[in-house]
Amino acid sequence: MIKFLKSTFEKLKEGTLFLSSTITTLAIVLIIIFLFKEGIGTFNQTPIEDGFSLVVNKNNPINELSANEIKNIFDQNITNWKTVGGKNDSITLFNIDNIGEFYSDSAIGENFEYLPQCISDYTEKNPGTIAFVTTRYTGKGFTGKILTTTKVNISQFISQKEWFPTAQPAAQLGVLPLILGTLWVSFGAILIALPLGLATSIYMAEITSPKIRNILKPLIELLAGIPSVVYGFFGLVIIVPGIQKIFDLPVGETALAGSIVLAIMALPTIITISEDALRTTPKAMKEASLALGANKWQTIYRVIIPYSGSGITAATILGIGRAIGETMAVLMVTGNAAVIPHSFLEPVRTIPATIAAELGEAPQGGLHYKALFALGCILFIITMAINLIVGYVSSKKKYNAR
Amino acid sequence: MIISKKVIRKKNLKEKVAFNIFRVFSAIVVLSLIAILSFIIYNGISVINWNFLTQMPEDGMTKGGIYPAIIGTLCLVAGSMIFAIPIGVLSGIYINEYTKDSWYKRFIKLMTNNLAGIPSIVFGLFGMSLFVNTLGFGDSIIAGSLTLGLMVLPVVIRTTEEALKSVDNSFRHGSLALGATKLQTVRKVVLPMAFPNIITGIILSVGRVSGETAPILFTVAAYFLPKLPSSIFDQVMALPYHLYVISTSGTNVEASRPIAYGTAMVLIGFVLIVNLLANALRKYFGKKVKMN
Repeated sequence: MIKFLKSTFEKLKEGTLFLSSTITTLAIVLIIIFLFKEGIGTFNQTPIEDGFSLVVNKNNPINELSANEIKNIFDQNITNWKTVGGKNDSITLFNIDNIGEFYSDSAIGENFEYLPQCISDYTEKNPGTIAFVTTRYTGKGFTGKILTTTKVNISQFISQKEWFPTAQPAAQLGVLPLILGTLWVSFGAILIALPLGLATSIYMAEITSPKIRNILKPLIELLAGIPSVVYGFFGLVIIVPGIQKIFDLPVGETALAGSIVLAIMALPTIITISEDALRTTPKAMKEASLALGANKWQTIYRVIIPYSGSGITAATILGIGRAIGETMAVLMVTGNAAVIPHSFLEPVRTIPATIAAELGEAPQGGLHYKALFALGCILFIITMAINLIVGYVSSKKKYNAR
Repeated sequence: MIISKKVIRKKNLKEKVAFNIFRVFSAIVVLSLIAILSFIIYNGISVINWNFLTQMPEDGMTKGGIYPAIIGTLCLVAGSMIFAIPIGVLSGIYINEYTKDSWYKRFIKLMTNNLAGIPSIVFGLFGMSLFVNTLGFGDSIIAGSLTLGLMVLPVVIRTTEEALKSVDNSFRHGSLALGATKLQTVRKVVLPMAFPNIITGIILSVGRVSGETAPILFTVAAYFLPKLPSSIFDQVMALPYHLYVISTSGTNVEASRPIAYGTAMVLIGFVLIVNLLANALRKYFGKKVKMN
């Protein structure tokens, strides 16, 4: 009986162990569910804010406009209905705030109760009109036509070049500049960090004495632990003004500043991991190479580097992954202009920085909010892919070593 | 023979050049890292005094101290650790001691690795969506702690696993041969031996939690809150977020620079202490275990 109790008890404890080990899996599943639930919501909404409508003359053959078309119309880049597939008629914008110029107060009504009629009347008289009005004013007595708006779709979301999520009348949700900005900054960071990091790891693993290595290694590990916001702060007070002075720019907050800060942050990761990889080279291999008359440098680049190649690759990819996902430091030094980057001396905005900067102001459940979650999904997918690549590269190493 | 001498000279020259390049590069790296550290310490150390650490911020955060931010960060560290330590350690034990090399073990490992690779801002989004909105905690210590805890969970799991791996199998076999059950073996033999390394890993993850900003942006951090939290459903200020706020968007960025340096210094000091503590513990327990 006691034995039975004991074994049940043991089973129970083991069950607890099992349950806690499934938490990570559960966490990933939950993250996917919550991230994508909100993110996918983006693609079911119109880019026009709830409670507003676009109205035109009732005989206008256009039924639907896309966010981009709306923006171009209101920016007066498109001035003819023909461009968006309608009749050959010029577009006139009508601002509802100016309605007093055309109709007397009594015609509009004390509480704007006749406003729908006025709007209808105005669109009737000016067939090329388009107006952005509160949906409330398209109720009773309204005879114009309400345009529908093309819902946000994935291909537009990824390929459009403008990110103005709070723009009126239609939000412009194009992630391309953000994706390119992220890649641009990360690419610059790796360009700086990789040669420096590799050189340092080779120096620490093979060239210097163990004494110096024992000083350097803890120092570099310590620097890996320093919060990103401190690096960002350092970038803000030193690197940003420095860049502004050296290149004589109006602002120092540039992609270059982001790349430098990210490179400094990625260095400890790259150095530690690739140093570990370099040190896995079997002593026998090194000694065989030296015994054959190769000197130390030849041994390093003919034996040690090829042997630990996959480890170094993994370190590089992890460094890139860290750079892509880094938020605070980048947010503080890159200037956050959502434009497609052309040079390293322009402000850029990355995906994580966009989320961090805008989520606080986006009304919950709105299009902007959901679009930021969609950005989170993109980030999640990118880093997931990077993880899988790292996993693949490291598993390949095991196979080779056998 | 003359040719081979030439070859030798050439290869030795190459070695010299390459090594010197490496030396220069390493010097650049190490010096710039030291420069950052000393820059912050140099500017920050003069700001720090007892009042700075124990007073409320004043005058639009241009004067006064960072007391509520320190307390907030301590709350968050404690909260996230209460969540992450038991689950992380138990799960590490399960992965290393119980599962054989099965598809399930590989799957859990893959998931742990993937969780570790997710950017911190994505954790922030997730925490906001699940804890703040869906579960209705609002911006609160508990929401922030759970988000941070989830973020360091893979770190705790991995360090536990590594620590357990370093315990020699002969100890397990010996214990089992004496008639102990598997659970007894783990609890009485393996865990005590792995304990120092587990503790070190946990302390290092404390350092990481204390400095993270992105996950707490939308789950707990308050811009300015001149009072201490009274329950786990309160908002708090936090050191890293405070540094971000006063260095970028405070009412008077220039006037609050000293405070910013001081806050950065406190953050670095925290990381330093945590690292030293971890090393000291590793040494202390290392000796003890060997002696037993």
